[in-house]
Amino acid sequence: MKKIATGNKAVAEAVKQAKPSVVAAYPITPQTEIVETIADYVTSGQLESRYIPVESEHSAMAACIGASITGVRTFTATSSHGLLYMHEMTNWAAGARLPVVMANVNRSIGPGWNIWAEHTDALQERDTGWLQVYVATVQEAYDATLMAFRIAEHNDVLLPVMVNLDGFSLSHIMQPLDTVEPGDFIPPIHLPHAIDPKNPTSYGGLTGPNDHFRFRWDIERSMRDSVKVIEATQKEFAKRFGRSYGFTEDYRCEDADVILVSMGTFGKEAEVAIDILRKEGIKAGSMRLRWFRPFPKLELAGKEVVVIDRDYSFGSGGILAKEITAQTKREVYSVIAGIGGQEVTYDDLADFVRKRRIGTEFWFGVTGNV
Amino acid sequence: MIDPRSLFAITCKSFQELNTIAEIPKEEYIKKCTSACAGCSSSLNLRYVTKAAGPDTVLVVPACCTSVIQGIYPNTAMNISVYNIAFGAAAACASGMSNAFRQAGKKTNVIVYAGDGGTLDIGIQAMSGAFERGTDFLYICYDNEAYGNTGMQRSGGTPLGARTTTTPTGKTDAKKDIDAIIAAHNPPYMATACSAYPQDVFKKVQKALTFRGPTFIHILAPCPPGWRYPTEKTIEMGKLAVKSGIWVLYEREYGKLTVGAPSKAAMKKPIPLEDYLAPQGRFKGIDAKTVEILKQQIQKNFARLAAEEAAS
Amino acid sequence: MFEIRIHSRGGQGGVTAARLLAMAALHDGKYATACPFYGAERRGAPVVSFVRIDDHPIKVYSQIRQPDLVVVLDASVMDVVDVLNGLKKGGRVLINSAHKQEFAGFATSHVDLTGIALRENLVVAGSPILNTPVLGALAKMGICSAESVKKAIREMFSDEKNVQAAEAAYKEMSL
Repeated sequence: MKKIATGNKAVAEAVKQAKPSVVAAYPITPQTEIVETIADYVTSGQLESRYIPVESEHSAMAACIGASITGVRTFTATSSHGLLYMHEMTNWAAGARLPVVMANVNRSIGPGWNIWAEHTDALQERDTGWLQVYVATVQEAYDATLMAFRIAEHNDVLLPVMVNLDGFSLSHIMQPLDTVEPGDFIPPIHLPHAIDPKNPTSYGGLTGPNDHFRFRWDIERSMRDSVKVIEATQKEFAKRFGRSYGFTEDYRCEDADVILVSMGTFGKEAEVAIDILRKEGIKAGSMRLRWFRPFPKLELAGKEVVVIDRDYSFGSGGILAKEITAQTKREVYSVIAGIGGQEVTYDDLADFVRKRRIGTEFWFGVTGNV
Repeated sequence: MIDPRSLFAITCKSFQELNTIAEIPKEEYIKKCTSACAGCSSSLNLRYVTKAAGPDTVLVVPACCTSVIQGIYPNTAMNISVYNIAFGAAAACASGMSNAFRQAGKKTNVIVYAGDGGTLDIGIQAMSGAFERGTDFLYICYDNEAYGNTGMQRSGGTPLGARTTTTPTGKTDAKKDIDAIIAAHNPPYMATACSAYPQDVFKKVQKALTFRGPTFIHILAPCPPGWRYPTEKTIEMGKLAVKSGIWVLYEREYGKLTVGAPSKAAMKKPIPLEDYLAPQGRFKGIDAKTVEILKQQIQKNFARLAAEEAAS
Repeated sequence: MFEIRIHSRGGQGGVTAARLLAMAALHDGKYATACPFYGAERRGAPVVSFVRIDDHPIKVYSQIRQPDLVVVLDASVMDVVDVLNGLKKGGRVLINSAHKQEFAGFATSHVDLTGIALRENLVVAGSPILNTPVLGALAKMGICSAESVKKAIREMFSDEKNVQAAEAAYKEMSL
């Protein structure tokens, strides 16, 4: 059914259809509409679920963990400081191999208080064992949330999945949304290590130096296995519902000499910039990275690369740029833009490509930056 | 006035009053291979807690001594489901677990078994939230009055005057009154207990589990290495605590307070507090003024509880 | 791509108007994106919302700088906000006003949305509702079809007065 919805509503709609047994969440701008909508679904009986109005994000993830280990489907949503506050528990959820699904509405980190889009919040979670997907449209927010449950709960994965959408510029905008009847696209959850009091088990107790690394390796093994599960899930989604997704969304990349790599809504606006550059005779393409964890193999051989980072790792550089440099062993032009909701237009994005200086870093809007 | 029972209906689970310790079930859920310290009273508590709860139970354990005493992977001394969770997260984790079980129509007991650090300090926010939300669970705080797992640093539960590794000359602040904080949440049932009275522990756990809603039991758990007394005196130390009145046994059901018999006796005629302090290395060198303050606190507490009991 | 900027005051329904317009455009078989002003809103403060309409999927997320049409739901915001800022050469202006307004170089239309709302008894918490009548005016301007406007309003509001107000605005609108 076609309707007009915000990115937040699209996530909530997908959650309603995925029917989690337990949703525990704490409101934070700009995620609030997600939890308000889900609370309303539960209260009005549209979603048969327990909505736990926890007192913090740390408790939100802890409650999801406690619920998930009983073998049921769980969901939460957060943003920015909320995500950072639950950081201890995001690690726990992944380490405990619990397929919690979370929507994170990407927002900057204080001080000062800034409620606008930035990716540093989620990227600080990059080493926790969560799968991370970044979306760029309201439709994709919905589709990715549905797929997240299937991927997370797949027994070759059993890792939590974070669906990231840009604060305000996606969470609050309204676009057409085509909802589907997921049917058995999301199979009933089967958690092989669910608590069973008839077969008492201790979970997460003391684990010595001779064993701990095995569990950590097992997370990585599943992270690698998740690649195939993601591919298969996206293929199945396209087959059933007609919308195709990959690890990246590539636009006019085949014959391009220079590729503009970005995540989130910038990756859509970049396509407009590419069309402008093409008209000027610059053979440019756009690669929108959708999955950040597991980090995909990128086809960038023989091309110049411009990376937009809406994030930063102080003392190191743009996080996406560093990941790409590490994987491709090639220098990139690293642009830091859109921090704390900084306005970046398609003209700006085109300009980054025009004025690229491979091997250097550029902070958009900072004067005297070299 | 609304009957508080209408808010927290008693479940159909029934329990039988015990007459003698011999009536406590023989089933053991805590095997003899724990890695607890010699003379550990908290593992003794847990033995009676699990006997009272029975096998359809999940213990949610934050970082505390009980994280350690279970043993090292792949072995465990626990013949009951245990979910270990981060230090400040036990009540929240249990909240999610309880909701998931109830949503699935299961009556499995969810019991937090947390130390004083995980309850009075780092876990207080999650615990307050879970109580305020009416979570159907039992929260047990076993209180050895310091961070035992990391080698006895002060906690909010450390009494005035006690030496710990971070209060080497004795704590200068009073013990946090967590029971008053819990009482402010109006749970249907809350109680204090002590490891030296295992029948009482057993009975209170059984009773707590008959309520639907959040219940709380605060168990004093003497700790030989932390309190610095010989291991064989662990039961005696608990009895001295109750007899001196520094620890009072009571239960509060729908706001109605009942002081336990041993504490009733102590209220009439307490043993000298010094009898409790002297055998413990942690109170070595405690000055007379501090002892006097502790004694005054005991009297004040007696008066407060007696007044409450008379009024309720 | 057709870009619209709606000026109003917090609580007057500028965001809902943007949403309704996007829904109407969708019913017209077009693509649309509606964005509220990105920030903390205060009741009564001047706010803006945006709508983009196109025959193709919309890829632009940055704020509208050069709108094709400016809609002013509350003429009093013109005292504090330059509503013509960035308006394209030959762009259009729609003002909620009982009186004709003129802006050099821009085709300006007016309609008394407040009067229509009061007449139709579309008042919530003492304030006239402008977000449904304005859709009638936008339909008259050819931004979307009248049929789609009615459909969009009925999807969002059960009270038929909203549709009547939009119809009234459509009739009374002077281009």
